Amino acid sequence: MLNLKNISITFNEGTPDEKNALDDINLKLEQGEFITVIGSNGAGKSTLMNVISGNLIPDVGDVIIDGKQVIHLPEYKRSRFIGRVFQDPMAGTAPSMTIEENLAMAFSRTKKRKLRSGVTKKRKEMFREHLETLNLGLENRLTANVGFLSGGERQALSLLMTTFTEPNILLLDEHTAALDPSRAELITNLTEEVVRKSGLTTLMVTHNMQQALDLGSRLIMMDKGQIIFDVRGEEKQKLTLEDLLHEFQRIRGTKFKSDRVVLG
Amino acid sequence: MSGMLISMFGAVESGIIYAIMALGVYLTFRVLDFPDLTVDGSFVTGAAVVGISIVNGIPPIVATVLALIAGFVAGCFTGLLHTKGKVNALLSGILMMTALYSINLRIMEQPTLSMLNEPTVFNQLESIEAIGGIDSFFNGLLSMLGAEQLPATWVIVLAMIVVTLLIKLLTDFYLKTEVGLALRAIGDNKKMIRSLSANTDSLTIVGVGLSNGLVALSGGLVAQLGGFADVNMGIGMIVIGLASVIIGEALFGTKTIRRATLAVIGGAIIYRIIVTLALEVEFLDTGDMKLITALIVIVALVTPKILQVQKEKKRRIQKRKQLDRQIRGQNSA
Ligand SMILES: Nc1ncnc2c1ncn2[C@@H]1O[C@H](COP(=O)(O)OP(=O)(O)OP(=O)(O)O)[C@@H](O)[C@H]1O
Ligand SMILES: [Mg+2]
Repeated sequence: MLNLKNISITFNEGTPDEKNALDDINLKLEQGEFITVIGSNGAGKSTLMNVISGNLIPDVGDVIIDGKQVIHLPEYKRSRFIGRVFQDPMAGTAPSMTIEENLAMAFSRTKKRKLRSGVTKKRKEMFREHLETLNLGLENRLTANVGFLSGGERQALSLLMTTFTEPNILLLDEHTAALDPSRAELITNLTEEVVRKSGLTTLMVTHNMQQALDLGSRLIMMDKGQIIFDVRGEEKQKLTLEDLLHEFQRIRGTKFKSDRVVLG
Repeated sequence: MSGMLISMFGAVESGIIYAIMALGVYLTFRVLDFPDLTVDGSFVTGAAVVGISIVNGIPPIVATVLALIAGFVAGCFTGLLHTKGKVNALLSGILMMTALYSINLRIMEQPTLSMLNEPTVFNQLESIEAIGGIDSFFNGLLSMLGAEQLPATWVIVLAMIVVTLLIKLLTDFYLKTEVGLALRAIGDNKKMIRSLSANTDSLTIVGVGLSNGLVALSGGLVAQLGGFADVNMGIGMIVIGLASVIIGEALFGTKTIRRATLAVIGGAIIYRIIVTLALEVEFLDTGDMKLITALIVIVALVTPKILQVQKEKKRRIQKRKQLDRQIRGQNSA
C-alpha cells in the first residue's frame, strides 16, 4: 500500500542548527493496517507525516503508494488518495463557510472539481446521514458557519470530512492533543470506529502511550529520526506500558523524554 | 431641485457600471483575501482596449468583450507573480499596476483617446427604435410627478441594471460550484483546501484573473459612457472599489454570498450618490474627491465597530439593571 524507502531529510544543513530529522527511514504499510506512532519530542514523527503527504520533499528516498512512485507529486495531487487530520482543530475546516459547504469541499477531494453545484439536494441528504454518525447534532446545523462550532465539534467534523470519502491512506498527527480529555476520547472512539468500518490504512501519531497500545494493529516507536521499535499482531496485543518504556531504555540507554507524554 | 434629480440619476447610472468593478474587488479582497492593487491599471486597460478597438472600427460589443479578456490576462499575471514567483500579494499588484501604465499607453498610442462620434454599446442601444418607448414611458411618469428636467435616456440605466445583475448572478453561481467553494476556501483556510486536493496556485491565478476581467469590463463601459479613455482614469480606483465593498457590507450585511454581492452593488451606487452630494457642497471641488473617498472608507470601517461596542455596552447595562431589580424585588418580599 505505502512503501517508504531510505527516506532521509536534514534541515538547515551546514549550519549550527543542522538537524537530521529523518535518518534512513524504511517503512512498509500493508492494506488496512492501522499503525500507531509514538516517540519523544523532535523524534521526526510530524516530519514523517509531512514527507508522506508531500508537504515536505525528502533529500533522498522514495515514497511509493500502490506501486507508484509519488515523490514528485505535489501535496495537492497526493491528497487525492491521502487524507489528513491536523493537530489544530482550526486547521481542518474553513471557518467562514457552512458545514455543508465544508463537507462538499471534502467530497470533491477524490475527483476533479467542476463548474457544477457543490451542495446539491442529494449530497445534502448524504452529508446529513454521515453527520448523524457523530451524534453531535450537527446534522441539524448544515447551514451554520463552522467558525461557530467548538474545538471538539470542529475536530469531529474534520475527521468526518477526511474519512467519509475513504482515503487510501489516513494520516493522523496528534489529532486529539488539543482537546480536553472527554472530547479527546470522543474523537478517539470515532477514529477507531471509522477506521475499523472502512478498513482504512492508517498512520496515527499520539503522545498517549496507552492509546498507542490500545488502538491499531501495529506500533512503531521513533527516536532521533529513526524507527527504533516496531511490533505488530499478537506481540503488540500482549505489549504493556512497562514493556514499552523498558524497551526504549534498553535500545537508547536513556529514559523516554517527552513533555506531553501521557502514560496512563 | 430638478437639476439635483438629473445628477442623482447620473450617479445611479455610473454607480451601476462601477458596481461591476466593485464585484471584481470583492472577489480578490474578500473571497481570495488577496489585496490586489492591479485594479488601478486593469481598469484603464479595459478602457484602452475598448477605445482603440472602437476607433479602429471593431463593433463595440466585441470591443467590450476584448476589454474583459485583456483584464483577465493582466490579473492572471499578477496571480502568477504571487503564486509562482512567490512575490508578496501587495507588491505583485503594485508591480503589475505600474507595468500596465506603460502598456496602456502603448495600447492607446496617446494619453487620451476620444470616442466622440464613434459607435458605443450605449448609443447603439439608444438608436434601437422600439426602445424609444421606454424613455417616453418613464419620463412621462416623472413629469406627472412634477419633474421639469428629465433624464436624456433610461435605456442605459435599464440595460446596465440587467448586465450587472446578470454578472452578480453568475458570480453567485460560480462561488457555489465545486471550483468556487475551493476558491473561497483559499481566502479562508489555504492549508485545508490544499489537503483536500485543490491546486491553490492555479485557483488563485484564475480568481485574480476573473476579478480583473470584471474591473476591465467596467473600465471599458465607463469609457464608452464618457466617450473617452484616459491613461490616468484608473488612479484611486482600488480605493473606490474598496469603498463600495465596505459601504455595502456595512449597510446590507454579508450573511450569504447572494447577500454580499448585492451589498457590493448597493455600496457602489451609494458611493456615487455620496460623491454627487458632496460635490453639491459649495466649498468642495473635484480635487477633494480622493480625500472624501478615504473619509468614507474610514467611516464605513470604523462606525460599525463603534456601534457594535455601544450595543454590547447597552446590553450589559440592561442585564445589570434587570438583575438589580430582581434582587431588590427579593429583598422587599
Ligand atoms: N521546517 C523545519 N526546519 C527546521 N527544522 C525542522 C523543521 N521541521 C522540523 N524540524 C526539526 O526536525 C526535528 C523533528 O521534528 P518533528 O516535528 O518531526 O518532531 P515530532 O516527532 O513531530 O515532535 P513532537 O512530538 O514534538 O511533535 C525537530 O528537531 C525539529 O526542530
Ligand atoms: Mg509533531
